[in-house]
Amino acid sequence: MTVYVIRRLLQAVLVIFIMTLIVFFGVNVIGNPIDILVDPDCDQACFEAAEKALGLDKPIIEQYFIFVENALQGNLGKSFVIGMPALPLIVERMPATLELALSAMILAIFTGIPLGMWAGLRPDSVSGKVIMGGSILGFSLPSFWVGLMMIMIFAVEFGLLPSTGRGETVTVGGIRLSFLTLDGLSHMILPAINLALYKISLVIRLTRAGMREAMHQDYVKFARAKGLSTTRVIFVHVMKNILIPVVTILGLELGNVIAFAVVTETIFSWPGMGKLIIDSIQVLDRPVIVAYLMITVFMFIFINLIVDLLYSLIDPRVRLQGIKA
Amino acid sequence: MTELANGLPLAAVSATEKAADVETPFQRFLSGYCESKVAIGAFFGFLVVLFLALACPWISPTNPYDLMQVDIMENRLPPGSARYSDGMIYWLGTDGQGRDMLSGIFYGLRTSLFVGAMSGVIALMLGTTVGLTAAYFGGRVDTVIMRIVDLQLSFPTILVALMLLAILGQGVDKIIIALVTVQWAYYARTIRSQALIERRREYIEAAQCLALGHRRIVFRHLLPNCMPPLIVVGTVQVAHAIALEATLSFLGLGLPPTEPSLGLLIANGFDYMLSGRYWISFYPGVALLIAIATINLMGDQLRDVLNPRLQK
Repeated sequence: MTVYVIRRLLQAVLVIFIMTLIVFFGVNVIGNPIDILVDPDCDQACFEAAEKALGLDKPIIEQYFIFVENALQGNLGKSFVIGMPALPLIVERMPATLELALSAMILAIFTGIPLGMWAGLRPDSVSGKVIMGGSILGFSLPSFWVGLMMIMIFAVEFGLLPSTGRGETVTVGGIRLSFLTLDGLSHMILPAINLALYKISLVIRLTRAGMREAMHQDYVKFARAKGLSTTRVIFVHVMKNILIPVVTILGLELGNVIAFAVVTETIFSWPGMGKLIIDSIQVLDRPVIVAYLMITVFMFIFINLIVDLLYSLIDPRVRLQGIKA
Repeated sequence: MTELANGLPLAAVSATEKAADVETPFQRFLSGYCESKVAIGAFFGFLVVLFLALACPWISPTNPYDLMQVDIMENRLPPGSARYSDGMIYWLGTDGQGRDMLSGIFYGLRTSLFVGAMSGVIALMLGTTVGLTAAYFGGRVDTVIMRIVDLQLSFPTILVALMLLAILGQGVDKIIIALVTVQWAYYARTIRSQALIERRREYIEAAQCLALGHRRIVFRHLLPNCMPPLIVVGTVQVAHAIALEATLSFLGLGLPPTEPSLGLLIANGFDYMLSGRYWISFYPGVALLIAIATINLMGDQLRDVLNPRLQK
């Protein structure tokens, strides 16, 4: 186990190193940000001064070493546009993204599992077929378009729910949270549903498949033969067994939800990390782009490591010693 | 994985017994596919979409990218309005620049399907070659390749695509590069697991005994027998590529505004939606949905038909 963790950590360091190379050199190949940032009336002298101030006059190799040196000290550069250090700028927006992603996950679990169980119990009924049809639709609908349609119906036509921003927030331990106020909650409904839609379809399919398999198992027949009520068999015996694959896959999907929040945040002007990166790409704010990419790479390597380790704890069949790192 | 799985041995045996009323593997596949009415509908729906995309220069009412045909004064007209000059009806309205939405959607479908199909084909070829190489040679080659595949698959597709497009910039070629980069690993993984099973079959041994070259064994003997799962993954991934391209274009990262894509049409409509002009975003989305849903439904049925475990 220890050997495995050490191997994985070394591997992670290697991946991060390669990513710094790809991201830094990649991002620095694209357009010159000076042209966008300086005054159009700027003469040669002030142009060079601006270049110097941003550290862009040095050779690119030197820029890379400065970047790595600073990165190791937790400094990922200053935003060209906002003038703030990039790292705190992103970290400050992380809670908004995580809040949205987690509420979407919770929504997916609490709507997907009951619907999937119903469809699994009555696969040939009209309601079961409607649920399955809906899940196919959920897979095929482009989620950004659904977001727009939701804004149009609920915000523009009926004026029921707000469609932009986070609303009123409460600061808990230095972190701003929306879900604790009524206004914040109403701002969260549309983006959270939008982000959850795809995952709901996924959970429905997984639960339904699990349900259909489980109902023919011996332990279900036995529980019935013992004279237990159908509700008890379904909600205690079957549910426990079908939850394992569903929860595992959802754990793996958390990273995906965080990444996909980029789209939802852009549509609903949710002030999270995703909105920041899209805005930064559009104005070529290199330090922020580089910092965002580095942070997400870091985050995903971490998530993957945790998931792999948890796997070995949950499922004794997965033995890490046997895996070649 | 029975002998029925790849169809060939069965066909060979029965062909010698009874040449007259034997179902070929293709006929069996066809009758299996036609068991679902939804799948047949999806197939014809997809044909219509494909026809519209291919034939759009001849069937669309106007060319939305020909500035001579666009009247900026007729922007944001609701569906069903008539053109002032000759009374032509804008069935789906016009967009912010006065372009006919219906024509825009036809051209958009063309771009979206082209990008989806192109990246699908390239990713398929790349992934297949890499996956087959890994499975056929095994050992260290396999380990290294599968490490890279695992690493790639551990990052969400949208994130990798976003990263690449932030680096590469906009353009048809660039989005195809990005889509191929995020998708080849799926093909590689699928074909490798299938090829690992097929590799131990006698016909590969026979081919090796004949001292055929590696390339010939891999592409002429191994590949044809690994096709079924690849077809299924291929359909799903093409649908995925179309959706991803639309999403990225919507975010302003995919195709440049000069390339008519459904994602861009929807993005253009976003600005007008808050004033209740729904049609600019709504109809391109419906077209996108139809394109993706028909491909997904076909993929669903293909999965059932080509899955040997479900074969009766």
